[in-house]
Amino acid sequence: MSILGHRVLRTEDARFLRGEGQYVENLPLEAALTATFVRSPFAHARVTGIDASAAEALPNVQVLTGADVDVPPFGPPPFPGLDARMGRPVVARDIVRFVGEIVAIVLSEGRAAGEDAAELVAVDYDPLPAVVGTAAAAKDETVLFPEVGTNVAALGGAPERDESLFDGCDAVVSGRVVSQRMAACPLEPRSAAAEVGPDGRVTAWLSTQTPHQDRMVLAGMLGLDPAQIRVVAPDVGGGFGAKMLSVEEILVVWLARRLGRPVRWTETRSESMVALNHGRAQELSFTIGANRDGKVLAFRLEIQADVGAYPGLGAFLPNLTGLMSSGVYAIPRIETSSRAFVTNTTPISAFRGAGRPEATQAIERAIDLLAAELELDPAELRRRNFIPKDAFPHTTASHAPYDSGDYEGALDLALRSAGYEELRAEQRRRREEGGPKQLGIGISTYVEITNGIDETEFGEVEITADGGAILRTGSFSHGQGHETTFAMIAAEQLGLPLEKITVVKGDTDSVASGTGTYGSKSTQIGGSAAKVASEEVVVRAKKLTADYLEAAESDIVLDPALGSFHPAGSPSQGLTWAELAARAADDGRLAELTVAHEFKGAPTFPFGAHVAVVEVDIETAQVELKRLVAVDDAGTLINPLIAEGQVHGGVATGVSQALYETFTYDEDGTPLTGTFVGYAFPSAADLPSWEAVEMVTPTPRNPLGAKGIGESGTIGSTPAVQSAVIDALAPYGVRHVEMPANGENVFRALREAKA
Amino acid sequence: MIPAAFQYERAGSVDHAVELLGGEDAKLLAGGQSLIPVLRLRFARPSALVDIGRLDELRYVRDDGDRIAIGALTRHAELVRDPVLAARCALIPQAAAHIGDPQVRHRGTIGGSVAHADPASDLGTILLTLDAELVARGPGGERTIPAAAFFTGPFETALAPQELLTEIRVPAVESGTYLKLARRSADWATVGVAAARVDGRVQVGLTSMGPTPLRATGVEEALAGGASPADAAARAGEGTDPPADISASGEYRTHLAQVLVRRALEQL
Amino acid sequence: MTRISLTVNGSRHEADVEPRQLLVYFLREELGLKGTNVGCDTSSCGACTVLVDGESVKSCNQLAVQADGCEVTTIEGLAEGDELHPVQQAFHEQHALQCGYCTPGFVLASVSLLAENPDPSEEEIREALDGNLCRCTGYHNIVEAVQAAARAGA
Repeated sequence: MSILGHRVLRTEDARFLRGEGQYVENLPLEAALTATFVRSPFAHARVTGIDASAAEALPNVQVLTGADVDVPPFGPPPFPGLDARMGRPVVARDIVRFVGEIVAIVLSEGRAAGEDAAELVAVDYDPLPAVVGTAAAAKDETVLFPEVGTNVAALGGAPERDESLFDGCDAVVSGRVVSQRMAACPLEPRSAAAEVGPDGRVTAWLSTQTPHQDRMVLAGMLGLDPAQIRVVAPDVGGGFGAKMLSVEEILVVWLARRLGRPVRWTETRSESMVALNHGRAQELSFTIGANRDGKVLAFRLEIQADVGAYPGLGAFLPNLTGLMSSGVYAIPRIETSSRAFVTNTTPISAFRGAGRPEATQAIERAIDLLAAELELDPAELRRRNFIPKDAFPHTTASHAPYDSGDYEGALDLALRSAGYEELRAEQRRRREEGGPKQLGIGISTYVEITNGIDETEFGEVEITADGGAILRTGSFSHGQGHETTFAMIAAEQLGLPLEKITVVKGDTDSVASGTGTYGSKSTQIGGSAAKVASEEVVVRAKKLTADYLEAAESDIVLDPALGSFHPAGSPSQGLTWAELAARAADDGRLAELTVAHEFKGAPTFPFGAHVAVVEVDIETAQVELKRLVAVDDAGTLINPLIAEGQVHGGVATGVSQALYETFTYDEDGTPLTGTFVGYAFPSAADLPSWEAVEMVTPTPRNPLGAKGIGESGTIGSTPAVQSAVIDALAPYGVRHVEMPANGENVFRALREAKA
Repeated sequence: MIPAAFQYERAGSVDHAVELLGGEDAKLLAGGQSLIPVLRLRFARPSALVDIGRLDELRYVRDDGDRIAIGALTRHAELVRDPVLAARCALIPQAAAHIGDPQVRHRGTIGGSVAHADPASDLGTILLTLDAELVARGPGGERTIPAAAFFTGPFETALAPQELLTEIRVPAVESGTYLKLARRSADWATVGVAAARVDGRVQVGLTSMGPTPLRATGVEEALAGGASPADAAARAGEGTDPPADISASGEYRTHLAQVLVRRALEQL
Repeated sequence: MTRISLTVNGSRHEADVEPRQLLVYFLREELGLKGTNVGCDTSSCGACTVLVDGESVKSCNQLAVQADGCEVTTIEGLAEGDELHPVQQAFHEQHALQCGYCTPGFVLASVSLLAENPDPSEEEIREALDGNLCRCTGYHNIVEAVQAAARAGA
């Protein structure tokens, strides 16, 4: 019986349940110094002096500043159009550009001493006007990089508007979605440790999503041969796109080499809230045009992206947003453009969805506004515009090559699961009664892109002398359960029980290559690499068996239930994996049963439909999410239990953008939400249970038929919830509510509508 | 983050605590739920902490007939399940059940919370609404401070540097309720309203509508004049100075106060 | 330095501690019990939750000196050898953990909840867990795990 598609409990759970998780902060490292970073309290200032004497008067304390650190600037990444002069000094020298930028490094014995000393480092700042928000940045009155002369970090898409884009449209509607800045908030703050071995090689233990890529970046930044660096990512407590190498990890490794002693650092939460990259921060202005039957003819999307003080991945993400601007609809004419600006804020990078939530938020809002304009039911308007199920593969007018999809099927399933007609009836009843608690229903239909930049992943299967298997993967699970899922894939191919398969990941010395885990790509490319490598191992095992049994290779079959190879028709004459491996080991042929594979995957396009039901107290402006029905189709599901867990977590984050979280600054660039007290990360008491509904439309683009699912829940849920709130308030004349669509923003929308 | 260093003394009795508070720049440590977060972020750096957490003689709820005496070190979780309060002054357990989260409630004390005097805290508003009496012990002996005189500013009370709260006395109420709205379940109140009928008079208090908990005197006046809950509630904003912050604007807070006062009065 | 004496997971410990040392760092660094995690600095996230005299307490929000004379249970003290505590087992069976960082705190908060309320409703569970944050699971399976543990008589 196939193990694939079964809700198999995770094999990695024991250590986490027992408190034996190997997070970097937990790893013993003898004689390590603690690094504490002194960070700027100003968003924009000249640094005119640093006096470390009081700090260094404390026992065993040493302070380094930018002048001591000979490491080149970090970034910008090699995206076209980014100005190299906008690179980030790993330690600020003459100028700081965001609250939290590093100005000095304290080395101490232990954390308490580090904090005591860091407080005593006296830094003289000469504040400059702070640029906060893209509107201020666009004025170029204060520029962050005077040599560059503008705050524009990147431009993308159409250089100018096609004024004829909406010719022939009977209805043209415009609007704007602000996809507000969010903080990633992995529960484990970042942690790094580094030690130089007696052979001069440095080992870096990092709380990261990308150990192999980090090694390459470290090598480049520190002028080393990658072979001189080992990166170990042990257990990592969540990443969500934010945990990819940054200046702190580079500094920890540099310090270990410079000081000749191991060095370790763990950020505090309030440090992480400003020092770990943020996500989203796009303003999306759109115009949608349709004929009077509701057939969409044209869509324009203009993105203003805030990339923070130093352009990174955030400057690239608007390209993904533009690519996915068509959503699930067949839109003949699409024009997208983007402008990315630097501001005196935390740099923006990937965060669960990374550019695709923004695209979905824009197109879904546009469709809802169009539905209101045409007085059509929002579900009906969507039906009239879906790319039909039989039209795949389909390339959108925004150049996205969709593989497979059944958007109408997803919508039907979601509406049926939600009991849509009953919900509308309940809404009508409450409206007639006129009580304070009114219902709102929101729909979203979405498609997203996973493995969006055609990446390759490494997988190696090795049969051990006792007939078990080691699967080495370049993917790096930090909560996604690969130790179970990938083992299931190998177990299926090899005919070995799950317990006999060990998944190895995260250590660049143990796994030859890898890209890590982000962008919901790991199952489809890492899992496919594991599958293909396993298949080839089986081919090799058949050959070995044929040699040992003196049979023809083509006669040998694998009985997966028993894990034995035998001539077809003669099951009793077979060799089990253990027997085969033992013999091969004796003969010096065991190495034949190790196969590595690099699987290059094309992008795939998961899709779905979400229905949100909110109850809005019209008097208090408080919103409670009552239900969230999520249909998420990610093709073949290897382990539906784990896939569902990904949807649950993704939905919670998407809902939270709609109703709770926003990272804000005052006009001086001082963060207002820099702790978990101010930043509205919700608990279980603030959220309902989820109704995740399974749907499977395989993709032809990889041997598993699998797409990614990690970000789908986030992408689908935000627009459904925002839409539901607006729907609840429609009778009061409200046409839009900014996110978080709760409390103050709802109050304001009601007030303005009354005015 | 780690607190800055401090001296530590454990008080063996209330009088011992008073004596230890005479030392320079000393702060009381009860449950620690308000103090330790402040120390961790180094917003305060006292030279010494006087730990009164083990003075179990200050943990009690006593039925004194028309009044209830609550020992200052009674924990929020104990207030929640106390049968005397449930029967005679139910708005206290009602509010205590929503202070922070369960872990905070297992350790946080009524005295600690009230002496911390965060204008966003619930118990202070209730004590003010009930015209509670706060008993303090200092080097000069014991004195009773009426709630109306206790809260002097944000995080400021009428307690002298060498005084500690030992007991809080509240009246038994005919009826009472505490309504609290917050962004998230474990957050401090965006706005909170306490309403109670005490000796035939309806008294109303507000959380997060000014630098201290406030009595809604306009509302009380309207009610005394026979106004309906809705009409009385319209005066909820009188005399208030609601803060504008990341949770809410002043205008929204005033609006919430009006709505919650009306609802609280309707529940009495 | 202040001398403290406390029982942790059934074993007695005596130590001299700096008064400012938080209980969580005492457990992690003096006793080597690394299962209790630090997730924030405002006592918001609950990853540091332990039991003190049977009640859930955030160990980042207590000084080690406050635990003098107390009985502390950390995540390491729950299982009996190979046998997981029913709450741990329920978390496993309901897939209530992903990265695992918040898990010890949630497990102990749940143990404390069920000790006080052995048959909680979904709403009661969610409210009782509002001192614990998770970014991975969306809480759904954690609630299911507590319900399963309650049914199993945990």
